[in-house]
Amino acid sequence: MNNIIKRRIIDSIVWSASLLLAFGLPINEAAADPDRFSAGNKTWKAECGSCHLAYPPKLLPAPAWRRMMAGLTKHFGTDASVDARAAAEIGAFLERNAGRGRKRGIDAGTLRITETPWFVHKHDEVPASAWNKPQVKTAANCGSCHLGAERGDFDDDSVRMPR
Amino acid sequence: MQHYKSMAGLLLAVSLAVSGQEARAATPAEIQTGFETAARAGTPGFSGFSAERGLRFFASTQGSDWSCASCHTTTPLAPGRHIKTGKQIDAMAPAANPLRFTDAAKVEKWFKRNCKDVLGRVCTAQEKGDVLAYLMSLKK
Repeated sequence: MNNIIKRRIIDSIVWSASLLLAFGLPINEAAADPDRFSAGNKTWKAECGSCHLAYPPKLLPAPAWRRMMAGLTKHFGTDASVDARAAAEIGAFLERNAGRGRKRGIDAGTLRITETPWFVHKHDEVPASAWNKPQVKTAANCGSCHLGAERGDFDDDSVRMPR
Repeated sequence: MQHYKSMAGLLLAVSLAVSGQEARAATPAEIQTGFETAARAGTPGFSGFSAERGLRFFASTQGSDWSCASCHTTTPLAPGRHIKTGKQIDAMAPAANPLRFTDAAKVEKWFKRNCKDVLGRVCTAQEKGDVLAYLMSLKK
């Protein structure tokens, strides 16, 4: 192959790769895979992630997050209160990135993500024996099976049931 | 060029944030001094903190189902596990985890939350100081 053609081929590969990286990939990935969550906020991750996984905001609708943030002194049986500044920042982040529309089946009036029709449907093939594993302990413990949960990756490909 | 300028700006901002954090950092002994000042003011006949009393407090339930040890275990040199969610909790003893008791605001936040869960009320400065005396007495 002569050098000019070779260089053109390399150029076009480099260009399309950079264009894809710059514009294509993140948008396409977000649109194509509803099981990957990219919204992040440092205060949310630190505060919500200290006792359990910082659950992706998309998994509940905005009104549910608003109720959650208003009741942190009695948060599923524990006091999870944060100072006013952190509460305002986290609340705004959650509402801005909350789930929308009825498609996901998350708007069921519950504050427990594991009780939403969406969650139940998504996990209907998980046998009871898996839920009862000591490593799992509770359905709220996403990371025991979703190995990428901390990064917001809930894709089926990264699920490993504990033995 | 613009790109490198903004990167330099970002690096500067990050280093400022880190050094700012260092300025706020305290030692467990300094946190303990804070509890002592509060205990002297609030407890008539205050006679110091006791690691032994702190251990008893840490390990026993006081009205609710949980004690401190329910999540932090009775060996706080090792990591614990949240009794409800199962999430790992880093070791509480400063000898095992040098980040513990180095941020006064964080210490207050967690005592407030966890004392409500264990006692149904906030802890006194005496109780907090006893617990810290116990945790500081643990050596690897």
